[in-house]
Amino acid sequence: MPLSTSSNFARPDDAFRAIVEAHRGFTEEQSADFDAALVLILANHIGDIDVLREALALAKRRMIDGQQQQQQQQ
Amino acid sequence: MAQANTQQAKTQFGYRRHPDQDRPGPGAAEHPVVVVGAGPVGLSLAIDLAQRGQRVVLLDDADRIGEGSRAICFSKRSLEYWDRLGVGDRMVDKGVVWSVGRIFHGESQLYQFNLLPEDGHKRPAFINLQQYYAEAYLVDRIGDLPAIDLRWRNKVTALESRNDSVALTIETPEGAYRLHAQYVVACDGARSSLRQMVGAEFAGQVFEDQFLIADVKMTAEFPTERWFWFDPPFHAGRSALLHRQPDDVWRIDLQLNRYADPIVEKKPENVRPRIARMLGHDKFEFEWISLYKFQCRRMDRFLHGRVIFAGDSAHQVSPFGARGANSGLEDAENLSWKLDRVLRGTSPASLLESYHVERSLAADENIRESTRSTDFMAPNSHQEARLRKAVLSLAKETEFGKRMVNGGRLSVPCSYDSPLSSPDADAWRAGPSPGCSMLDAPVGEQAYLTDAFRRGGTDFTLLSFSNGAAIDAPDGVKDIRIGGEGGLADPSGLVANRYDAEPGAAYLLRPDGYVAARFRHPTREAIAAALSRAEGLN
Repeated sequence: MPLSTSSNFARPDDAFRAIVEAHRGFTEEQSADFDAALVLILANHIGDIDVLREALALAKRRMIDGQQQQQQQQ
Repeated sequence: MAQANTQQAKTQFGYRRHPDQDRPGPGAAEHPVVVVGAGPVGLSLAIDLAQRGQRVVLLDDADRIGEGSRAICFSKRSLEYWDRLGVGDRMVDKGVVWSVGRIFHGESQLYQFNLLPEDGHKRPAFINLQQYYAEAYLVDRIGDLPAIDLRWRNKVTALESRNDSVALTIETPEGAYRLHAQYVVACDGARSSLRQMVGAEFAGQVFEDQFLIADVKMTAEFPTERWFWFDPPFHAGRSALLHRQPDDVWRIDLQLNRYADPIVEKKPENVRPRIARMLGHDKFEFEWISLYKFQCRRMDRFLHGRVIFAGDSAHQVSPFGARGANSGLEDAENLSWKLDRVLRGTSPASLLESYHVERSLAADENIRESTRSTDFMAPNSHQEARLRKAVLSLAKETEFGKRMVNGGRLSVPCSYDSPLSSPDADAWRAGPSPGCSMLDAPVGEQAYLTDAFRRGGTDFTLLSFSNGAAIDAPDGVKDIRIGGEGGLADPSGLVANRYDAEPGAAYLLRPDGYVAARFRHPTREAIAAALSRAEGLN
């Protein structure tokens, strides 16, 4: 099964909001710790190494795109 | 330090002049095979070759067995190999049998694992045994085998490869002499001088963190288990390992930081308080103290013409997975039958290429596993440390977290994607597929399949499950029959179960106990074709 990038939540704003609120009151360091645990929990729930690799590639591609945009703006 | 072993095993050997050193005229003595290095790998390989009928010269530059527990953990697979070499019982009788490991984080246990949770195997998951005992027992066994000529204080100082032989120059206390060999096997360890002589690289990774190891003599009530700590209260921020050995000796490994000074850290007066903190007392004596850095390296090619590399000379891994000596022993069992066949001319020299292919796969797997363990124990960056912290905290309450905690993944035999294997033509739900190691199972009261394989002579063997119609094994292939008239029993049903076998099925086993092919309904032609492939004939 490939990585699903269509919108899977009936109410996407609720999902985004839940994650944002979970970080409220955290320092940068605590947020990073929290995210690390969350990534591992969700990765295990997916339980498919190919899907995980696709997700990692998507996240990485976005960072590279972001860097290029920054460079163009400079 | 390190005197306790001398009472029970001979560790000092004398140099003896050999007639090869006094040959008149210019011609050097000719030998079929010379093995260099009398460590666990070289000793085992020499025994295996001799049992197959080869004459072997075994050279070692020292005249004694080294001190310290070193390899310590010997795997089920190694014990099964040593059974075939006639030393398994002695190793297991002396060794400490274990299968349970516990992982701690701080004060509390994260989880425990059992490496052999099922019955019906002759050998346990592991024994712990000081390497000096293992080597002493192998040397004793060599005493029974006149085909092995073991020469202490014989140091190879030069090597010249020719088309049909290798010329060695050997330095002894009484001067140098020369030997010619059809094949030379270099089992001379991680700092192999033969590797340098053939000009081969030893590429890989050296890790920054250092580990202190100590063999400590004391009476203690810890159970016979592998205990591993992340961030223990007695050694904050680092890892520690505790393992039992015979003779009330305990092996302790402590991670130090990368800036620790090896000379200072190795001093007993500096090690003592660290160990005392761990044990809560200081009623112990040191047998051995050493310090090392993790290294993962391998040679690109294990064959250099007629010089073949096996064990640490060919590949080196970090500890904590018992993948060093055990993988070296797997090299020896993989190589010996192939070299024997090539020397006899029953297989072409190209069969040896499969040694490189198969054992390269194993080396890569071992390096991958031990690199992952090392990175988990000593994270490379702040973010890696953060992910590890997340895993350790999740391990307290989740099963998936426990399974991600990496305190060493212990050695199991590698599966080979091999040119010698014939792919399955039938459907199998389980059982060892071609390229996998045979599985043990009971064939009677205190009798095991691995025994039957050994008694057959550890040659090509057809393991068949009787359906009344006997299958003819090709000439020269040994027979193990399960069930039927004159066949072995399967009292627990575990043989059929572990091999996913119904009556009529058959497995073709290689001389190293690996599966070459398997058939639901074997024909003489199919078996012959698989045999020929496994012999490297086509």
